[in-house]
Amino acid sequence: MRSPIRLERRLEQPKWLNWAVPLISLVVALVLGAIVLWLTGKNPIDVYQRIFERGFAGKKAFSGALEMATPLAFTGLCAAVAFRMGLINIGGEGQFYVGAIGAAWVGIAIGSAPTGITIALMCLAGMVFGSIYAAIVGLLRAKFNTNEIITSLMMNYLAGILLNYLIFNSTSYWRNPDSPQFPKSKDIAARADWNTYKIFGVEMPIAFLISMLAGVALWFLYKRTRFGFEVSVIADSPKAARYAGIRTSSTIVIVLALSGALAGLGGAADVGNFRGLLDAKGLQMAGYGYTGIVVAALARRNPITTIFVAIFIGGLTKAGYSLQGPDFPSGLVGTLQGLILFTAVAGEILIKYRLRTNVSRAAAVAA
Amino acid sequence: MNSNIFVIIISSAIFYGTPLFYAALGGILTERSGVLNLGVEGTMLIGGVSGAWACLHIGGSAWFTVTMSILVGALAGGLVSTLLAFLCITLKTNQTVAGLAITIFAGAVGLSSYFANIWKVAKTPVPRPIRTMDVFGLADTPVLGPILFRQTSLTYVSWLLAIVATVYLFRTRVGLQLRAVGESPQTADAMGISVIRYRYIHTILGGALAGIGGVFYSLAIVPTWVDGMTKGAGWIAIALVIFGFWRPSLTLLGAYLFGALQSLSSTLKARGVDISGDILDALPFIMTIVVLVLVSSRFAHRRLGAPAALGVPYEREER
Repeated sequence: MRSPIRLERRLEQPKWLNWAVPLISLVVALVLGAIVLWLTGKNPIDVYQRIFERGFAGKKAFSGALEMATPLAFTGLCAAVAFRMGLINIGGEGQFYVGAIGAAWVGIAIGSAPTGITIALMCLAGMVFGSIYAAIVGLLRAKFNTNEIITSLMMNYLAGILLNYLIFNSTSYWRNPDSPQFPKSKDIAARADWNTYKIFGVEMPIAFLISMLAGVALWFLYKRTRFGFEVSVIADSPKAARYAGIRTSSTIVIVLALSGALAGLGGAADVGNFRGLLDAKGLQMAGYGYTGIVVAALARRNPITTIFVAIFIGGLTKAGYSLQGPDFPSGLVGTLQGLILFTAVAGEILIKYRLRTNVSRAAAVAA
Repeated sequence: MNSNIFVIIISSAIFYGTPLFYAALGGILTERSGVLNLGVEGTMLIGGVSGAWACLHIGGSAWFTVTMSILVGALAGGLVSTLLAFLCITLKTNQTVAGLAITIFAGAVGLSSYFANIWKVAKTPVPRPIRTMDVFGLADTPVLGPILFRQTSLTYVSWLLAIVATVYLFRTRVGLQLRAVGESPQTADAMGISVIRYRYIHTILGGALAGIGGVFYSLAIVPTWVDGMTKGAGWIAIALVIFGFWRPSLTLLGAYLFGALQSLSSTLKARGVDISGDILDALPFIMTIVVLVLVSSRFAHRRLGAPAALGVPYEREER
């Protein structure tokens, strides 16, 4: 049995494919999504038009896209940083929760402090908590060769249970004693510190600026430093890395800690910049960590591209939330995100391989 | 006697362990062929929502409706994993990312939730749930009754499947060839075995079994569809495959151990035992991590029978 199409490994990878393939993947995903919509009796053009209007068109919509993009930029960077070394950290979700818990703790504790100090301390707490939580996964992987995918995922569930415990099932430090009927966390007193700037009428949260800085810093780290070079050697060939004397185990732990720190920073932003408290239920409903994986895959692990992709996926998600109703079922946006991930993964193949039909080969042989 | 807490824990361990076993058995078949399916969670959810849909729309006797629902769930699971097979086997994509894509696409906030919405199956109790049976009228026998004779039909089928799968894998020619494909596809190819065909068939079969596991959630455990109702069971099933050393018999025991952990919180709460529900809820996840750490050293992995070509796309030597 010969298949009509063959994959042939490319000897060199043209540069233009690096941006063309993700774009094509995106278009194919939207076409597949349209087919799903059409098969289930919806008008695809109508649905896409409404997503575009609510997600991107106009200053208000774009402000919403940036707000939603902020957590996704952090979780996207979290996934991208680990992908770069061939590690699959799907624990961004849990690291985000834990970072939020840490940042809320600091935010509640300091009450009111001089401007800037609150933000710095909350961010620091989020990063420390997130990185410790992710470093556990890294240690298990480095010491016992335990598959990081499943452990990091299990730790997402554990972090969710911890959140529920802190807010719903205990009288913890985080829980607001004034609201016994409707359990919620204490408010962050100094949240006014977390600014939102107006640029050309578009509201830009300070946390989004932080995520842009983080993206640039990561780009620098991976492209211009010795550490970044070592990471790419390990990703390409762990054997070569060992012969070159690169300490693979400690690099695994450091990369996962860095990855977790980014997700934790996102958690801090969620508490400080957006919700103003530790929202146990809202955090678990949002699923930022999982969406971050889609962002990183579509951005092809490039930290700067990740920020732009986060804006796109953020607008899509925001539109999904605001349109949700009887003729715009929940789950639609998740399905679209899944399709984007599929086509992004399949698109990687076009970068590595060349599609050849057996017909043309036969013709070539004949000639 | 039959209200003894240990009897209840063991009988509910078998009940809650059944869907885990279906999904894990599917995982064994898939992984034995060398394909790693990380999309089990999403596949189970699609199976579960399709089964609930079928149960609401297919009339006839209770027996017929339930059987059809199970088959529809299996079919849906098989279809989802055909997509995975296409990505991993034909397009040779990275299997971990492809599996993850399946789970995000089909998962709790994806296609399964979308289907539940447009089919209006959410929050409607299924009319004909899978009930526990009274086998030979022995269900009230002391101790053994609730454990062995008051289970669901799917549980009894799963015992049969465990035997069939063991014989298939280790005592038949096709099973031997399957293991060859997972261990060394080059050798298998040289022997004239179609690596592609074996991998496709067993990936799809594995997805169908995961789909049945999902149906058990929406028709037996809850019996109502709830978005994301498997709550990580698919991931636990993936760990169970490793825990059971890629053997159906050991995996069955592992599934019941995890079934016990999952049911412990509701069992103890019903008994008025004062213990934090959060800690009990966390147990299956903590245990999964512990088990993975114990069996995952490189040495243990090879000795315990991990297929050598697991997760590696097969390419014929390029000319």
